[in-house]
Order: sequence, then structure tokens, then C-alpha cells
Amino acid sequence: MLDWLISLWSDPNTRWILLGCTLLGLGSGVIGSFTFLRRESLLGDTLAHAALPGVCIAFMLGEVKSVSLFLIGALLAGIAAVLCVSAISRWTRIKPDAAMGIVLTFFFGIGTVMLTHIQHSGSGSQSGLDKYLFGQAAAMVTGDVYTLMGVSVLLILAAMLLFKEFKLISFDPGFARGIGLPVGLLEHTMLILTTVAVAAGIQAVGVVLVAALLITPAAAARYWTDRLPAMLAFAGLFGAISGASGAAISTLGEGIPTGPVTVLAATLLFAVSLLFAPGRGLAAKALRHRALKADYARTANTGALEAAEGGSRK
Amino acid sequence: MNKQSEQHPSAAPLKVSGITVAYQKKAVVENVSFTLPEGRLVALIGPNGAGKSTLLKATLGLVPSIAGEVSIYGDTYKKMRSRVGYVPQRESVDWDFPTDALDVVMMGRYGHLGWIKRPGRREKELAMSTLEKVGMADFAQRQISQLSGGQQQRVFLARALVQEADLYFMDEPFAGVDAATEKAIIALLGELKAAGKTVLVVHHDLSTVEEYFDHVLLLNKKLIAAGPTETTFTPELLHETYGGKLAIVSSNGREALVGE
Ligand SMILES: Nc1ncnc2c1ncn2[C@@H]1O[C@H](COP(=O)(O)OP(=O)(O)OP(=O)(O)O)[C@@H](O)[C@H]1O
Ligand SMILES: [Mg+2]
Repeated sequence: MLDWLISLWSDPNTRWILLGCTLLGLGSGVIGSFTFLRRESLLGDTLAHAALPGVCIAFMLGEVKSVSLFLIGALLAGIAAVLCVSAISRWTRIKPDAAMGIVLTFFFGIGTVMLTHIQHSGSGSQSGLDKYLFGQAAAMVTGDVYTLMGVSVLLILAAMLLFKEFKLISFDPGFARGIGLPVGLLEHTMLILTTVAVAAGIQAVGVVLVAALLITPAAAARYWTDRLPAMLAFAGLFGAISGASGAAISTLGEGIPTGPVTVLAATLLFAVSLLFAPGRGLAAKALRHRALKADYARTANTGALEAAEGGSRK
Repeated sequence: MNKQSEQHPSAAPLKVSGITVAYQKKAVVENVSFTLPEGRLVALIGPNGAGKSTLLKATLGLVPSIAGEVSIYGDTYKKMRSRVGYVPQRESVDWDFPTDALDVVMMGRYGHLGWIKRPGRREKELAMSTLEKVGMADFAQRQISQLSGGQQQRVFLARALVQEADLYFMDEPFAGVDAATEKAIIALLGELKAAGKTVLVVHHDLSTVEEYFDHVLLLNKKLIAAGPTETTFTPELLHETYGGKLAIVSSNGREALVGE
């Protein structure tokens, strides 16, 4: 175990990848907290699945595998998907959740067809694009890690600078509009940041599972605190741990995709939070309830005893 | 104190002309016009679905109106925004949001703070003293889902008060609160009035209208009547507003009105 950790750290390439995935988890966890609180969890998933055709088109146009190019493709595809969702929910009677379900699967369907086509074409078989389904952090090069770092810094900086504004439009958009905040603009900014987080995470975690890096750390963090700044910190921490474990374990053996391991780590953290977090966790709740019950029984008993003795301690 | 009020010394706090709002095809608020006098407590009265909340939201630009104009202290709402405070219906937010009572009250200062700047000591002190005013100082650090409905209402009220506005809109501040909280809120409204502020309150309890309010607006899709309580809050006009849904009970020779 220790040997393994040391060997991880001594290989500079692995070290970079580890760092990239940690930062990615950190940024996604922070920005995902707002997505989670705005009850737009499905939106992250829609953006992620919609990114696949974007990545494929970027590859077909550029004929090269470049994370920044893919980022742009994924971003544009994500925006197209969101526009589709709002168009469907505005012009039809279909509710946004169903609209997202439709758009998500449709985009992913197109993406899968494109991906198969690329795989079967000459240059495509070496493209490694299939890794984009479940992620392969080990395939990242230094340039990719720089992109990840830049994105994470952007996400965290945005969340810090616009903290007050993001909080208000998440809690009470009506009031935010009332005091003159450009709610629409802020919502779009947040949406674009979410898309950037998703797009950046695709290579490491894969389109199928990348949304989990936004939502699961935030859901886990909610158990630990009732304060938003602390929740963002917890979500960032959980995201970072998940990203790091995903990268570390998947470098162990050829062929273990990073995405599933990352998601398993995040889910484990969620389960631990659900059960053992102080305050809101299930165990803490049960203990508190038992203590209260025992306490009440004791005072009730002494009260009854005193009554039975026919006296009272004045 | 306010530069704007010097520019328009005579401008009414709120002047609504011919406002019409429709969600789908049918108008839910139709051609409503009225002017509010300064320094009064005004009740907006009408049956469920009469369009009271809609009228407030349209005035504040939260829902679009298809016709009509709103002028606040003689100018557009956009320009006068900082002079307006709004207490929405309590159900409009997610009370499980990770924040405490003090933090919610501080949100009332965000409009004055501007971009990026965080609330500091001054904001905190102001919020704390306002919480004290609404009798909620002991709950400042309490997560908001752990407050009772009446306490949540007081927090919302405090958030509007720290805005230090001149014109307030309150959507059913008395809904689901007990007599003590109602008295506390009324006392606060009295203070606002004494300070020359104007408050428009959506109100359902017809039996307290005469006691609490100087001025009434009777609404049922259209504006039925607007004016001082003595001349406007009459059985005939109420009948017109509520239709057959209103029972007028006479007891001890004094007329009591019971809305359904
Ligand atoms: N978002 C909406 N979309 C469509 N129709 C709406 C919407 N909100 C309100 N309505 C309709 O508009 C009408 C007026 O609603 P509004 O909420 O303004 O009534 P209200 O007077 O505040 O009622 P209450 O006393 O029950 O609060 C109602 O018939 C309602 O069904
Ligand atoms: Mg209403």
C-alpha cells in the first residue's frame, strides 16, 4: 500500500494527473453545490451527455485530439442542449425534467452514432475517443492537466467573487430580481460555469458519469453543515478526494476507467456522510433521539417517584 | 434625506395606471389604476385568486404586464428600486437552504452593497438590531428550516426592514401567524408609518381591516374601489368584491364582516 503510494508520487506523469483530477474534483464540487441547491441536478447530466456529439464534431473538424478543442465542442453542444430544453418547456406543455430527459438521450444517441462512425474510420481507431465514455485520466498529457487547472481556478474564483449573488439567486430569485440583480445574466453565467466544469471533466471521468462529480459531493456536503460557505468547502474537499482516488486507482492497472472509480469514491463519501455526519446524519439523529427519550424517561420517573413518596423537594 | 424625494416632492409613492396582467390568454388583473397616498398603511383586499399577488408582482416587474404603467415616487420602478421593499409569500423559497436567520436578513442589504462586496460588520449589526426589533434575536444563528412559520415570516419582515425602503409591499404577512406575532407586526407597521413610509399589505382578515389600515384597495380582477377605509370599506363595496361569497353578520348592533 505504502509502496504503491510512493510509486504514485515518484512518477512525475502520474503526479500531474493526480493533481489535475484533484483540482477538477475541487472545482466541480464547489460549482456543483449551487446546481444542487437550485434543484437542477439533472441539468448537469444533460450537459454531460450532450457534450458527446460536441466532442465528436470537434474531433472530426480538427482531426486531432485536443482537450481545449473538445472543451469548446462540449461547451457549444451543452448550450445547444440547454436551448432545446428551454424551447421545449416554453412552447409545449412538457415539464423541464421530461424535456431534459428527452434532450439528454437524443444528444447522447447522436453522439454514440458519431463515435461509432469515428471508431470505424481510419484515423479514428487510434483516437481513443471511446475513452470519453467512461474517462481515462491516465491518457492525459501535461497540456490537458494545465487546461484542467485553469478551469478549476476559474470555477473557484467565480464562486468566490460571485458568492453573494449566486447564493441569492439560488435561495430567492424573486427577491434577487427585486433588488435589481440581473438574475437572467447570473443564471446564464452559472450555467456556463457548470458546462465548463462538465466539459473539462469529460476526459478524466467520462460523459456518462461526470455529472456525479457535480452533484454527489454537494449532496454529501449538505449533511455536514447548515452554512453555505462551509458546504462549498466540504463539497470541494469531497470532490477533490473523489477525483484523486479515481486517478490513483485507475493508474494501478491498464483498463480501469477513471470515471467509475471516481464515482464510487464520491458515493462512498456520500454514504458515510448520510450515516455518520454530526447533526444531520442518521446515526447522530438516532443517538440524539435516544438520549432525549432516556432523559425524558428519567425526569418523568423521578417525577413519578416523588409523587409516589407523597413529597416534593420543595 | 433622499435626493429623489427632493426632486419630486409631491410625487405619490405609487401610481398605477391601467395595468393589465395575463398569464395565459385570460387577464387575471384587468385595467387597474390607483394612487397611494404617502405615509399610510394600505390593505389590498379581495377573494382568493382575485389577482392580489399578481398585482404586486406586476408592480415590481416580477411578472410582465401586457398594458399599463407604474410610477414610484414619480419615476420608473427601475430607477426607484432601492426605495422599495418586498415581503413575498412565505412559500416562495426553499426553507431547507443552508443559511441562518441572520444571513437571510443581511440579504436585505445586498442591493446597497453592490457587486462582489461582502456584507461586513456594519451590515451584521444592522441585521442583528432588526432581528431584535421583530423579536427574533435569539434565533439569529438558527438554520431557517428550524423556525416555525410565524418566525420565518418575522425573518422575511426583518429582511425587508433592513432594506430601509420608503415603500413596502407585503404579501399576506399575517398568514398563519398567532395573535402575538400579528400584534408585533402591526406595531412595526405603525413605526414605519410614523416614519413617513407607505406600506401596501395583502390582507385576508376582514375583521381587522378597520383597526389596522387607513386606506383600502378592493380587488377582484378589476379594481372595485380604492380610498380611505371609512368611505371605502363598506358592506356594499365588499359585496361587490366578494360576490355571494361574503356573509354579513350583524351582532350587537355593530356590523361584522366575515370573508369566506
Ligand atoms: N404562474 C401562474 N401561471 C398561471 N396562472 C397563474 C399563475 N399565478 C397565478 N395564476 C392565476 O392568476 C389568478 C390570480 O392569482 P393570484 O395569485 O394573483 O391571486 P391572489 O389574489 O393572490 O390569491 P390568494 O388570495 O389565494 O393568494 C388566479 O386565477 C391564478 O390561478
Ligand atoms: Mg396571493
